[in-house]
Parts: sequence; structure tokens; C-alpha cells
Amino acid sequence: METSGAQAAQTRRPISASEGRRLLAIEGISVRFGGIIALDDVSFDVAEGEILGLIGPNGAGKTTLFNVLSRLYQPNSGEINFDGHRLLSIPKHRCAVSGIGRTFQNLALFRTMPVLHNVMLGGHCHTSAGFFNHALRLPKVGREERELTERAMELIAYLDLEDVAMTPVGALPFGTQKRVEMARALAASPKLLLLDEPAAGLNHEEIGALRALILDIRQRMQVTILLVEHHMHLVMSVSDKVVALDFGRRIAEGTPAEVQRHPEVIRAYLGDSN
Amino acid sequence: MVNETSTLAGAKIAAPGPRAQISPRVWKILGILVILAIACILPLGLSNYRLFQLTLALVYAIAILGLNILTGYNGQISLGHGAFYAIGAYVAAILMNTYNVPYWATIPIAGFVCLVVGFLFGLPALRLEGHYLALATFALAVATPQLLKYKAIANWTGGVEGINLLKPDAPAWMHVDSDQYLYYFTLAITVVMFVIGWNLLRGRVGRALVAIRDHPVAAEAMGVNTAYHKAMAFGVSALYTGVAGAIGAIVVAYVAPDSFDFLLSIFLLVGLVVGGLASISGAIYGALFIQFAPNFAADLSKAAPWAIFGIFMIGAVYVMPGGVASFVQIVWDRIRRMLAPARGT
Ligand SMILES: Nc1ncnc2c1ncn2[C@@H]1O[C@H](COP(=O)(O)OP(=O)(O)O)[C@@H](O)[C@H]1O
Ligand SMILES: [Mg+2]
Repeated sequence: METSGAQAAQTRRPISASEGRRLLAIEGISVRFGGIIALDDVSFDVAEGEILGLIGPNGAGKTTLFNVLSRLYQPNSGEINFDGHRLLSIPKHRCAVSGIGRTFQNLALFRTMPVLHNVMLGGHCHTSAGFFNHALRLPKVGREERELTERAMELIAYLDLEDVAMTPVGALPFGTQKRVEMARALAASPKLLLLDEPAAGLNHEEIGALRALILDIRQRMQVTILLVEHHMHLVMSVSDKVVALDFGRRIAEGTPAEVQRHPEVIRAYLGDSN
Repeated sequence: MVNETSTLAGAKIAAPGPRAQISPRVWKILGILVILAIACILPLGLSNYRLFQLTLALVYAIAILGLNILTGYNGQISLGHGAFYAIGAYVAAILMNTYNVPYWATIPIAGFVCLVVGFLFGLPALRLEGHYLALATFALAVATPQLLKYKAIANWTGGVEGINLLKPDAPAWMHVDSDQYLYYFTLAITVVMFVIGWNLLRGRVGRALVAIRDHPVAAEAMGVNTAYHKAMAFGVSALYTGVAGAIGAIVVAYVAPDSFDFLLSIFLLVGLVVGGLASISGAIYGALFIQFAPNFAADLSKAAPWAIFGIFMIGAVYVMPGGVASFVQIVWDRIRRMLAPARGT
């Protein structure tokens, strides 16, 4: 939205008329850990408003890609264009401001903090009062706290967490903690939401609810979603497009039906029988 | 999971959530006022020596609150806060002794110096985790007394002998003696420092500090500038402990290198743990413990006071594993539930 002419001119490929505006362009990202090549020259685009499923066997590099996108890992090479900005040149702690929210494969909540504070922390980057303002409790602090609390309580209501709003997260059941993570990720009003195996550990019924939630979030909050998931039925039924990774390489890209039929994908999942 | 009828914009904020917490908060404020009132009339009933001890307990409470910001809330362990206490004390003493700065004006200066020193120490400490940070801070604690004895700066520090100071007189309008005055003076600063601490810890900054302690990677992914917050936690923590050191110097009217040996650092940590990690009121309980438990132990046994003190420490953490503060909270919650059985939680 704030794309200036100069920055827009930097984007390399023209956006075709058939797809929506390109929100994220991953261009030749490689990540190495010592001898392991976790990501090998991976490129793909994500259009605004799209749900893109990212699949691949364990160790394929899906989480690593998320960590690059949330600026926890610095890639060895490649470029990422997000919403008209070069993501890799934004300082780490500004990343969430730029509009990328995420959940983690293994829960990464602040366990001693109540649900409300966890969700408020999701909006940390949209507030700015620091040590000095807080020490003297200047008016800015009260204003920001009010706004943050209000937004957090909306999300807590949306995710049905009202009864546990003041309960420390560590004391909650797994499924509930996953909803807290979702609320926290949404608190920054992200343009792009990264969901790392949100269905893992959920029962059949909860997965049904998760499916409805993902679709509802996209519609209600106009977010674009990158979904890493092993639950094939879920990915294939919510995704507009699917990208498959194996050993850090992109092996297939297309509609769910195309990717499911793709010989490389079948081989990666079934193992090479030859 | 998805409640179709609740729109995001029109969420019910007044629902069970945090509003229900208001009543305990009122209780808390009432409790604080009662304790403050008692603190104000205490000098009338205490000997000057006991009052002096109580004044020092207030000083320790400020220091422990500082340590708590770093260790309790932010999860960075320090075995060296005695060093910041010493720096605060010496800054105050040198300013008063060499530069004739009024005693009250030395306190903010000492705090500021410690803020800067703490912040700078916190920067390299960012690379150290857990045990390694403990070692680095401990090194600071053992090195400080020796540095204070260093000959080249003896003109200011007074070398091994230290610096004798004059006890400030009470203003005439107060009609109290010097010890009573110092008690009220310290009490006033303690209240200010605790209010500031409460402000810092209950909002965005406090949440960021705890988030870094609970899950640094997630905090970073949420856009918390973890390096800045950790270094600032060090700085603010040192500021508190430095302010305590400055008041301590004024109250004791004497500074010497050996009063700030590493045992002081350990005592502050003992006070922190006994009082309660990540608890503001815990700093007060902890300070009373490290100030009075050793005396009490010495009263019980002239031969083995440290053994008795050790038993106190073990007993305290055994009976109150979350510290005195959480113990008090549990007891208080139970009393409240008994007083109001009709109303559900
Ligand atoms: N921080 C790290 N240090 C070393 N190796 C890592 C690190 N993170 C991921 N890897 C390696 O990178 C590869 C991809 O891992 P990951 O992205 O977690 O896969 P996925 O999420 O697709 O299961 C694996 O071989 C993993 O061991
Ligand atoms: Mg993974």
C-alpha cells in the first residue's frame, strides 16, 4: 500500500494480470548449516489474499524458510521482496512491523504470562513507549496500553479464549495454547501470516475447526497465508496453490491437484523405490 | 473455535476477563497504604539502632528490586550486583567529600553513572548465557574491592581506609533527629523507586522483559528488540542498585572497599530468591530477611550464627518455594475466599 514508485521499480518481474497483486516474492534463497543445505535456491511467489500450502517431508526446509521470513535466520544468498520492500534489509526487530506474523511448529509461547499479555505482546511492534515513558507513566503509555488491550481482547473473544484470558499460558491444554499462538500472531494485524504445522497434535474435530478458522481469518482480516502442514487433506482443501520442497529444493508448484499428481512429489513422499 | 456471531469490531471487552481483577487491585492498594502508614509511625516506637537497621533494609529493598528487574523479570543472572552498589556508594561519597555536592544531589548522579556502567556491561553480556553470565558478573564482584584500593585513585577513594562522611542533619522544621530523618528520607526515595519500578514492569516494557526470559526466539520474532531490552535491563537494574549504594553511603556515613566484597552480591541474590523472583513486593521481604535474619541468628547462637542463618535460608525456600511474596499471595487469596464464600471466583 505504501509502495513508493522507486521501490516498485525495483521489482524484477512484471505482475501478470491473471494473479492478484504479488505480496511476497522469494528469489533464489539458499541457507546452509555447516554441511547441510537446508534451502537450495528456492523461489516462488505468493499473491495477495492467497493461501499457499507449503509441503514436503520432514527436514525439507519448510521451517527454515519461515525462520528466514521472520528474520531469525540470515540466508546465504537470495532476495526476498515483501510488499514492495526488500525484507532482508529491514532490521530484525522491525520485521513484525513490516507485516509478517507467525506461529511456531513447536509452541513458542511466553508460558508464565497470562493469555492476554501473550496476545498483547503480539502487538508489541505497533507500540513504541519505552523505558522513559513507562518509568513516568506518561500519557502515551496509557493510550497505547488501552489500544493494545482492546485489540487483544477482540482477538481473545474471536478465538474463544475469554474464560482463560488471565490464566498463565503454561497451565492451558495444548489445543488452547495453539489458539493463543494464533491470536498472538494476529495481534500485529499482519498482511502475511505464516502457520507452521497448525494441525499438529490436534484431534479430528479441532482440525475441522482450524480449517474453518483459516478460511475465516483470510476473509475477515484480508491476510495472505503461508501454510506448512503435513495433514494433506487440510492443505489440499484450503490452499489455492501448493509448493512442494524436498531436501531444500522446490520440486513442484501448482494447484493442489497438480502437485498431488506430480511424480517428484509422489517419489519424495513414498521414497524412491528404484 | 470460530464464533460466527461475534464480530471483531464489537467484541465484548467487559466480559469475565481482566475487569474482574479490579477488586484484588483495590485490596492491594489498601494494603500498601496501611503498610506505608505503619512505616511512617515506626520511628516513634523504635530505638535509633533498630531504626538505622530498618533504614538499611529499605536500602537493600531498592537494590534487590534492581536485581529483580534483571534476574527475576529478564532472566539474566547476576552474582555481581554488589559492584554496582559499591559504584553508587563511591560516587556519592566522592561527590560529597571531594566536590562538596549536597548529599541528596549525589543520588541521581550515582544512579545515572550506574545506568551507563550497567548498560555498557550489559552489551558484552548479551553473548553470555546462564552460567557464563554468572561467572562474568561474579568476576565483577570480586574485582571491585581491589580496584577501589588501587593507589592511583586513592586521592578520591581514600584507598584502603575509605572515606568518612558527615551524617546530614534533619531540616529544623521536621523536629526529628538525624537517624529518624534519614529513615524518612530513605523511605520517601524507596516509595518513588518502587512506583517507578511498578510502572516499568506492568506495561509494554515489563512484558517484553518477561517475554525475553520465557522465550527469547519468540520475543524476537514478535518484534521485540531483545538486545536493547537486555542491555537496558542491565542498565536500569544497575541504576537501582547504584541508588541504593548512594543512600547506603549517606546513611552509614562511611565507605570502604571491604564493605563491598562479593558476599554483598550473594546476599542480594539471597534476598531476591527468599523474597520472590519476579515480584515487586518480594524485594521488601527479601531485604528484611538479609538485614534481620543474620542478627537474629547471632542472637540465637554466638558460636555458629552462620549455621543458623543457613538453616533459616533452607527453611525459607523449603516452606515458601516461590519466595515470601508468593506465599503471602497464596495465604491472602485463601483468606479472601473464606471471607467471601458466597461469591464465585
Ligand atoms: N538451526 C539449525 N542448525 C542446524 N541445522 C538446522 C537448523 N535448523 C534447521 N536445520 C536443518 O535444516 C534442515 C531443514 O530443517 P527444517 O527447516 O526444520 O525442516 P522442516 O521444517 O521442513 O521439517 C534439516 O536437516 C535440519 O536439521
Ligand atoms: Mg518444520
